Amino acid sequence: MTEAVLRTRKLRKEFGKGDGRVRAVDDVDLAVDAGETVAVMGPSGCGKSTLLHLLGGLQRPTGGEVELGGRRVETMSERALARLRRDRIGFVFQAFHLMPELTAVENVEVPALLAGRSPRAARTTALDLLDQVGLADRTGHLPSALSGGQRQRVAIARALSTEPLVVLADEPTGNLDSAATAEVLRLFDRLHRAGQTLVVVTHDARIAATADRILSMRDGALVDQTVLAGAA
Amino acid sequence: MQDVVLALLAKEPSHGYQLRARLRDALGPLGEALNDGQIYVTLTRLEKAGLVTWEPAGEGEGRDRKVYALTPAGQHRVAEWLTEVAWPRPAPTDFHLKLTAAAAARLADPIALVDAQRRELLRLLRDAQRAALAEPPGSVAGLLLEGQVLRLEADLKWLDACEQAWTTRGDRK
Ligand SMILES: Nc1ncnc2c1ncn2[C@@H]1O[C@H](COP(=O)(O)OP(=O)(O)OP(=O)(O)O)[C@@H](O)[C@H]1O
Ligand SMILES: [Mg+2]
Repeated sequence: MTEAVLRTRKLRKEFGKGDGRVRAVDDVDLAVDAGETVAVMGPSGCGKSTLLHLLGGLQRPTGGEVELGGRRVETMSERALARLRRDRIGFVFQAFHLMPELTAVENVEVPALLAGRSPRAARTTALDLLDQVGLADRTGHLPSALSGGQRQRVAIARALSTEPLVVLADEPTGNLDSAATAEVLRLFDRLHRAGQTLVVVTHDARIAATADRILSMRDGALVDQTVLAGAA
Repeated sequence: MQDVVLALLAKEPSHGYQLRARLRDALGPLGEALNDGQIYVTLTRLEKAGLVTWEPAGEGEGRDRKVYALTPAGQHRVAEWLTEVAWPRPAPTDFHLKLTAAAAARLADPIALVDAQRRELLRLLRDAQRAALAEPPGSVAGLLLEGQVLRLEADLKWLDACEQAWTTRGDRK
């Protein structure tokens, strides 16, 4: 019996007031088990990014609950929330968000250093992660000297550097061509096999097809589910 | 199947089991459904049509004793086949008509049909992608799987377009 690492109850997020009010996330009940990969798909503007931001404590919900690793997220203080995001959650964004003046290995070790690991331990872990994402020969490169696919793999290695409870990815291949997408695809497939819990928002059916479950979102609500786990 | 077997024979005169092995290599996991008898049935038909002949060879037993070769007519047919530009299934006409008919007769909600179809295609995509990831780099069969993956991806994009179109149309049930 696996337990949910991430859970929401009646999660809701509204923007604006009066007639201009938008319910970006509408009564979402979700439970993500340890080691599970869940993909969220849906048309532009349906609320996928907002949902991911609520899950990761980047935004506060208008109503409902978010629980991560057994702790309620939406009621935490800003400080506790910042620590949770830093130590327990790995974020991957469409635009990579690497620091341009830091090398690949320096970018990857930042979260571990912020979390209080020793520089030596952080460096060892960062080099190991870059090796795992196939970039052992690019550790000293600046982001500007890397291709889009390589940058995204650095960002994924960075997301893994604190051994997060969950990795949250928003359109991780949105800026990548087909070949670079295939690299990220292989990487997600391997993370999945290694038991990493992963929630990925994507328009890319190939990325979604690596998941155990695909949730379809429409107008802020989860309206359909495709279960891919098990029978091959 | 007939054209494929003819083309496989173009390399050199071969036993039936050699053709089968070449076909398996080219198709990879997608060739698993192929049964051993099919090659021989096809060879017999091609022989009757005058496109292949055979000579007995010393080794092997039964039908594997035969070494098949193209006749001049067979060679001509292979050349023709290679220059044909037909492309199977250029449009998802069936499903399109299903949606149109379902909406017109108010038989079913087009969006529910799209959802069901999407679930099915996502499962097929998952299977094809897993098979593709399992192929060694540079495998010929992997290239075929990639073709299958890319087509499914395109079909899924089209389903998104269908969803949008049928959501905004008034004649939804
Ligand atoms: N900060 C904000 N202020 C006001 N409205 C917002 C804000 N963020 C999102 N929204 C609105 O909430 C809805 C959902 O937006 P969201 O970015 O979550 O969609 P999405 O599914 O991620 O879209 P895309 O696929 O284009 O990235 C949209 O209508 C959007 O305009
Ligand atoms: Mg978004």
